[in-house]
Amino acid sequence: MIAEHLPALQVVVPLAAAPLIVLLRQPGVAWALAVAASVFAFGASLVLAAEVARVGVISYAMGNWPPPWGIEYRVDALSAFMLVLVSAIGALVAPYALRSVAAELPREQHYLFYAVFCLCLAGLLGMTITGDAFNVFVFMEIASLSMYVLIALGRDRRALLASYQYLLLGTIGATFYVIGVGLLYLVTGTLNIADMAERLAQVGGTRPVLAALAFITVGLSLKLALFPLHLWLPNAYAYAPSAATALLAATATKVSVYVLLRFYFTVFGAGLVVRTLPVPEILIGLSIAAIVTASLVALWQADFKRLLAYSSVAQVGYITLGIGLASADGLTAAVVHLFNHGITKGALFMLVGGIALRAGGVNFARLQGLGRAMPVTCLGVTLAGLSLIGVPGTAGFISKWYLVLGALEAGHWWLAGLVVLTSLIAVAYVWRFVEAAYLSAPAPGAARIAEAPLPMLAVSWVLVAACIWFGFDTSFTVEGARRAAALMLGGAP
Amino acid sequence: MASALLHPGLLIVIAGFALALLRGRARAAVALAAPLAVLALILAAPAGIAWSGTWLGLEIRPLAYDALSRLFAVVFAIMMFAGALFALNQQSRLELPAAFVYGGAALGALLAGDLVTLFVCWELMAVGSTLVIWSAGSSPAYRASMRYLAIHLLGGVLLFAGIAGHVAATGSTEFGRLALDTPAHWLILAGFLVNAGAPPLSAWLPDAYPEASWSGMVFLSAFTTKTAVYVLLRGFPGTELLVWVGLFMVFYGIVYALLENDMRRILAYSIVNQVGFMVTGIGIGTEMALNGAAAHAFTHIIYKALLLMSAGSVLYATQKRKCTDLGGLFRTMPLTALCGGIGALAISSFPLTSGFVSKSMISQAAGDEHLLWVWLALAAATAGVFLHAGIKFPWFVFFQKDSGLRPEEPPLNMRLAMLLFAALCIGLGIFYEPLYALLPFGTGYVPYTGSHVVVQLELLLFSGLAFFVMLPMLRRTLTITLDVDWFYRRLAPLLVRACSLALRAMGESLGMAKDGGMRRIKAATHALHGPQALFARTWTTGGMALWAALLLAGYLLVVYV
Repeated sequence: MIAEHLPALQVVVPLAAAPLIVLLRQPGVAWALAVAASVFAFGASLVLAAEVARVGVISYAMGNWPPPWGIEYRVDALSAFMLVLVSAIGALVAPYALRSVAAELPREQHYLFYAVFCLCLAGLLGMTITGDAFNVFVFMEIASLSMYVLIALGRDRRALLASYQYLLLGTIGATFYVIGVGLLYLVTGTLNIADMAERLAQVGGTRPVLAALAFITVGLSLKLALFPLHLWLPNAYAYAPSAATALLAATATKVSVYVLLRFYFTVFGAGLVVRTLPVPEILIGLSIAAIVTASLVALWQADFKRLLAYSSVAQVGYITLGIGLASADGLTAAVVHLFNHGITKGALFMLVGGIALRAGGVNFARLQGLGRAMPVTCLGVTLAGLSLIGVPGTAGFISKWYLVLGALEAGHWWLAGLVVLTSLIAVAYVWRFVEAAYLSAPAPGAARIAEAPLPMLAVSWVLVAACIWFGFDTSFTVEGARRAAALMLGGAP
Repeated sequence: MASALLHPGLLIVIAGFALALLRGRARAAVALAAPLAVLALILAAPAGIAWSGTWLGLEIRPLAYDALSRLFAVVFAIMMFAGALFALNQQSRLELPAAFVYGGAALGALLAGDLVTLFVCWELMAVGSTLVIWSAGSSPAYRASMRYLAIHLLGGVLLFAGIAGHVAATGSTEFGRLALDTPAHWLILAGFLVNAGAPPLSAWLPDAYPEASWSGMVFLSAFTTKTAVYVLLRGFPGTELLVWVGLFMVFYGIVYALLENDMRRILAYSIVNQVGFMVTGIGIGTEMALNGAAAHAFTHIIYKALLLMSAGSVLYATQKRKCTDLGGLFRTMPLTALCGGIGALAISSFPLTSGFVSKSMISQAAGDEHLLWVWLALAAATAGVFLHAGIKFPWFVFFQKDSGLRPEEPPLNMRLAMLLFAALCIGLGIFYEPLYALLPFGTGYVPYTGSHVVVQLELLLFSGLAFFVMLPMLRRTLTITLDVDWFYRRLAPLLVRACSLALRAMGESLGMAKDGGMRRIKAATHALHGPQALFARTWTTGGMALWAALLLAGYLLVVYV
């Protein structure tokens, strides 16, 4: 009975937790509710993933209105994979948030944080699970609005400006998206994604469809921070509360990438996007620009959190590069990297949150000699940093490997070379942390700094361990991504 | 049975981690016992694939033995033992663990039956060796280690791209013979050659190794370049290009070693030179030549380590590294001088030393194939080796003038390590059959024939004579200042000087152009990406929105046209 409604509960439980938290207000209760909701969501996503592996596709009709008239929730290989990633990060960030939020936010705002956290999680899960193009927009707005609030809760006053800029640009992105969906609705008369795909196949590449493609591409590029539309991201990540950054960096851009994949390969179809239009070429060009410039900018950042934010822009470039290759290996690389980069950056931002809590900031001047004061944290950052570089034996290597294979398969030797060469820039910026933490004389007062609180360390290390684990055992990540890639390419006429 | 379950490289790496935690006698016991246990393991292991599995859908074989890998693994294990013995009294707590990780990774690379494992070990080797250099603790060592790491990461990138291309094209990770027919195989070759110290990136070796501590360089000399020789032997035997690459390395090493003043840098250039012989042998590619290259790698590890132990002992005792500051040390360090002398004879392939029984095979192979120019070049180079390493090093350090230094002999463990390797140098020169039995091919080569010995002795005697005749000039090039002296107005010395000046100027201008270019590129990159630069500053919201509008216009234009 319950199992039947799991697709709905996946979203409804965190969504309902939010108003409940606002009503109860007690910080401890708010936290407990947020943890319960996110852990439930994680459990639900695992059950759904197992179910999808067994039966293929789960279709759930909201309110018993059959699709395409009602809103359909649809779980397939790709969305099941994404649900696991998003809810896993949510289930780890929620327990992590207790100490971090207590330290960074005034007490009267705690319940707000947890309420908005649940809303954001619900929005991201909803974007992933829904099979309705307009419903995606609704959840996108829920997720985005709650993100603006999460960012604005940051202690630094620059967080307000960052949130405001993100609000304006995010709104532009969402507007572009909804314009695109509107055009598609005009052409096909449906909002159900699967239905839309069928009807578009008959319509072909008419002008409104092409315009819709352009609007949706740019709108989602803004949301997923593709170069040069990434400008909102560094400040937003840098000044948001630590727990919020961990959630956003690991999931928000990833879900937008997911929606882009959905539209490119399910709605428009690889036939239109890849074979008749130069969209892949543009995507590859912008991805390269993202990888090179953002990595280089990261190299010279004075603040470690901001450095990681720029590194995220570069890593998104690797993901869109895989999409641009539009082959089985390329898409596998993109989907695997969605996951691997999600856990890697999640781990890094969580650990950095611990450093910010103890050292009062993550400027490189404060990181000096921290290897002695916070050995467990610094070791974790180093290991996750190795995964960020893509060292063999870490999750990052797996994605690099498939990306290189994808580039070679497409006959782009130079692209394969570029991917491995740019990982050297990642070596350099990760090295900056190692150098500051382990090789520099400790800053005055560093001796009094203690190790991060145990609960924060424990959940961060779960992700660090995952970075290593998924470097060896690829049965979940690579197999899941392969199935998703096959699904996307199989949808092509 | 145990040999199939235990991985020698992994054991050494684990021992390295244990060394980091242990102190005192337990540390010494582990450092000496682990390499010996591994040696026994390697000798007992049957040929074939011991470990296999799949990863990422690829066939991997992390542990596989055959004749070639066993030969190299044996000498690596011996080297780990003697190196550990020599380094027991090293003060740095990092160096020995780092050297074990480095040596263990090198063993892993030798015993890797597939390209993926090879790559992983290759990278670990780069990290381990960087830590060895770094543990010298000085700031020049730190900077040198960073340059070293940068070059090796670049080599790793080349190798990775090549391996990925090979796997993508063939679907197989097996590490067998590779023909130079695809870009992937060229990239793999380039990655291998970076580690071998081949041109144009030979300079990392003499740049970085001499900055290591007195014991660190002993380890460094053995593993990185010889692993490269091993993978070249396995992947690219008989590739003609390698003949010329090898000959270039041979002469590059000789010329620079003759101009050099730092005793350990002389020996570093000499590594490039010796690896050049092996690479040439691999390029010739007959069974005789490959045997020669493999045997030469074996003996070279031992005598080069012996030379560096001797130089390391001098450095340990005097804290001086320049030939011009040293001299006359035989009075108080007779044992070190004797062992250095034996190493010098071996590197010059004097009959009755290990160098003679290995290097002569490469010349023989060139002769058998009627490669006249190669044969002549190798003969000339043999004389050149005697000049720079055989005589120059021991002469200027232990004899020549009296520098006034009266250092004591090094501690017992260092003396024992030197004696062990000195004994091996002589022993292998006389009882060469066990070494020949380990070689991959049976060629029935006999080193001690009348003509071999006579030709070699003639070469060495004449070059020795030349050394002492030209001694005044050689000594002058050792000074750092280049004052014009009345003495130099004579023709022959002038030519030598002109050559050396030209070489030096060429090197400097190349270096400067490279530096200048790098600086300009760096400045331009920084100007665009630095903290307040175009790409890094916080844009106004309007500016960000403008980009969105531009991109949309661009897309619309593209999809409509």
